[in-house]
Amino acid sequence: MSDNAPAPAAAPVPAVPPSAEPPEPSRGETLLREMLSSSWVVTTLAIVLALVISGVLIAAADSTVQSTATYLFARPSDFFSAAWHAVTSAYVALFQGSILDTGAPTFVRAIKPLTETMTVSVPIILAGLGLGIGFRAGMFNIGAQGQIILGAVFGGYIGFAFDLPVGLHVLLAAIGAAIGGGLWAGIAGFLKARTGANEVIVTIMLNNIAVYLIGYLLTTSAFQRPGSNNPISPPIKATALYPHLLGSQFRLHAGFLVAIAATVFVWWLMDRSTIGFRFRAVGANSKAARTAGISVNTNYIWVMVIAGALAGLAGSAQVLGTEKVLSIDVAASFGFDAITVALLGRSKPLGTFLAGLLFGALRAGGFAMQARTGTPIDIVLVVQSLIVLFIAAPPLVRSVFRLSSGSSRRSTRSVKEAAA
Amino acid sequence: MKLELRGITKRFGSLVANDHIDLVVEPGEIHALLGENGAGKSTLMNVLYGLYDPDEGQVLIDDAPVTFAGPGDAMAAGIGMVHQHFMLVPVFTVAENVVLGHEPVRGARMIDLPRARRLVREISDRFGFDVDPDALIENLPVGAQQRVEIIKALSRDANVLILDEPTAVLTPQETDELIGIMRQLKAAGTSIVFITHKLREVRAVADVITVIRRGKVVGSAPPSAPETELASLMVGRSVDLGVTKKPAEPGEPALRVAGLSVIDHAGVLQLDDVTFEVARGEILAVAGVQGNGQTELAGAILGLQKPVAGSVLLDGTELVGAGVRDTLRAGVGYIPEDRSDDGIIASFSVAENLILDVHDRPPFARGISLDPATVEASATQRVDEYDVRLTSVQDPISTLSGGNQQKVVLAREMSRPLRLLIASQPTRGLDVGSIEFVHRRIIAERDVGTPVLLISTELDEVLAVADRILVLYRGRIVGIVPQKTDRDVLGLMLAGVPLEEAQVQAAEHHTALGAADIIATQEERS
Repeated sequence: MSDNAPAPAAAPVPAVPPSAEPPEPSRGETLLREMLSSSWVVTTLAIVLALVISGVLIAAADSTVQSTATYLFARPSDFFSAAWHAVTSAYVALFQGSILDTGAPTFVRAIKPLTETMTVSVPIILAGLGLGIGFRAGMFNIGAQGQIILGAVFGGYIGFAFDLPVGLHVLLAAIGAAIGGGLWAGIAGFLKARTGANEVIVTIMLNNIAVYLIGYLLTTSAFQRPGSNNPISPPIKATALYPHLLGSQFRLHAGFLVAIAATVFVWWLMDRSTIGFRFRAVGANSKAARTAGISVNTNYIWVMVIAGALAGLAGSAQVLGTEKVLSIDVAASFGFDAITVALLGRSKPLGTFLAGLLFGALRAGGFAMQARTGTPIDIVLVVQSLIVLFIAAPPLVRSVFRLSSGSSRRSTRSVKEAAA
Repeated sequence: MKLELRGITKRFGSLVANDHIDLVVEPGEIHALLGENGAGKSTLMNVLYGLYDPDEGQVLIDDAPVTFAGPGDAMAAGIGMVHQHFMLVPVFTVAENVVLGHEPVRGARMIDLPRARRLVREISDRFGFDVDPDALIENLPVGAQQRVEIIKALSRDANVLILDEPTAVLTPQETDELIGIMRQLKAAGTSIVFITHKLREVRAVADVITVIRRGKVVGSAPPSAPETELASLMVGRSVDLGVTKKPAEPGEPALRVAGLSVIDHAGVLQLDDVTFEVARGEILAVAGVQGNGQTELAGAILGLQKPVAGSVLLDGTELVGAGVRDTLRAGVGYIPEDRSDDGIIASFSVAENLILDVHDRPPFARGISLDPATVEASATQRVDEYDVRLTSVQDPISTLSGGNQQKVVLAREMSRPLRLLIASQPTRGLDVGSIEFVHRRIIAERDVGTPVLLISTELDEVLAVADRILVLYRGRIVGIVPQKTDRDVLGLMLAGVPLEEAQVQAAEHHTALGAADIIATQEERS
């Protein structure tokens, strides 16, 4: 009904009838929606499938397995037991390095991996929460990396340059980090609202600018550590550090509490506040939102500012908690991991939190796996990539596990269309 | 060629779209398939055209069973289809479109265009179509595009022509020409399956009428059957086709639109110096063929589109430049023409859709905090009041039928005090029951004294609901006429003919539907 074919030649513009054809959602939009609507089952199975395939790669990369493969047909059992050993020892090491070191002599050493996982996951979760808001509001924000960097720059500067009382100092540094990230992301939101500039391109470019900006800043006298030639800032003052949560033998710091609080806040914002209602409305159908009197452009800006503020907090967790200093690679690759985590968590706060923990575990456990079994840490990246790949292709996962085809919502719609 | 469908059943999951449907189309017969949206007409035709495999039953041509693996097979067997949405390439010429898919070639893979042109001219001459083979599709009016589709089907030797809702996009005069073409084709021995939900047309042209409801054949009728009988068959209960309303008691003018002009993004003047008034307690219908400035008119009043000139005064307050939010807050209710695009957010729940425009105001919000309990309670109440059929107000609105979705839009827009109601295509794609409901609500709103601007491309709707009629053509007002205006006169005005000239022309020549109208009126009187 809505697409009443071409207008008659009688109309002023015969070829392009005004709003006659509803614009097809772009392919990227469709993919994004598909990823967000995939079920928990698919998510879990995607993780399992990724681990299985990575297991094959681990076995293939193992030198013992390779040597037994040369006489595979003479003694196949050698090959299979070697492969089994390679895979299980790698995954056991991954588990021991990320959750519980069962072979550790003391309790502290045994639970240290878990606290490391939590520590590493903090920036991923915080930035992922911000990206999730954007995805639900229809903004494909790729700029968490740059926003983390700017957050770290602002938070770090407040942290090492000022002398402030305990408590107040860390609070101001964290707020400064959020403002830094928010402003950086706000640029992309503002440009989209004002000029329609595509936020994907703008945020990617802002990432590059941020990387070179921090590189430059760390050579200036305001940021560079006095007496050092390295691009590194003075250490963050103790008053500005996130306090340790479990004593100083663990790196786990109060940033993890910030991540929990942010998760709850984002849930409230998106599901219980008028602001989140508008974000979701704009993301789900911007035309209907506009018709209902919601200013789509204003929302683009606010979405980006809030997402950037969360990414900025991720930067603060790095500089005020884990690293305790501002350096060029303060953001590592957390901004890009956050994209994956937000998609894996279907942009929902709890999902993002759990996905962030998983990625923290893979990152923390990857080091132990490499150290203990010689399995290259790159395999962790393969696991992460495979998970995303399978999430992006639910039909593939469904057919592998022979689940019933199609999400139920989609099939009912097509039935209705067919019946019409 | 005799076409027979025997026991056709098609299921989609648990939904039975076609339930043991039997249908016989005799040679040279115009067979109307009448049913509401969603009754299963299109599914049945898609089965016939080889697009769907039937779960049960068979298709017989001249009493011999056939199976079609796809439209190619159906075409080869002599079945042609003109889809509701034309399958034409806009930048190709008529001849190119007609031969698309089975291009005549000469030499090494060269398309034999002269032969294609001859083919078009030959068929065009045979039926007096008056179609230029070298015209670009995008430059042709909709009626001519439809004829190209028909030529396309005939060029493949179609003996049975399926026309799927062919009049949906036509002006009354174009519809009249189409009816003429259908009669000609019939005289030449072509059978026609005519899918529609418009009773008036069915009675004017069909030889046999088969009525389908909820996937089943519920009866057949001769074209002489009264409209109310056909409607009752179609809907499954007795329906009142006429809209009952008291005469309007217009008060003082409330909406004054003066000199309003809109230029679209492409720089085309879409609304040209439009001036009119709507009084309290009257319905002014804006009639016009789709794409003649109606969308821009509604958009400009609401604030979606900035006019380049003119003013919109509502009770003395200027709305131009106010923005959508403030316009809605000033008491304007707006039922958008494209429900799924502008009216609802498909993935949102029914409750959320009901507060789209008031979500940040009490009692639904305190500060920036939403109150889910109030939202749900209010939704439950609205849903009862507007008779929306659903399981839960927390279900996504996409799970509702079109009629129920529209009721949600109505409930949202009409459950606050209104100073103006703009209803744009409020019954598009709805079933008869929902149409009745929507019309009743709109008239009830008028009766409490709200000025109503009804924008509709359906002449039936305009004639039934309006108190006065404004005809738009190419963004300009052709005329503002009383509700009692003759259908043929209005039809000519829709094509841009000024009132007086239209009256002269209409007196000379009545269209098939217009003539049927006159006969019906005489019958009523006698």
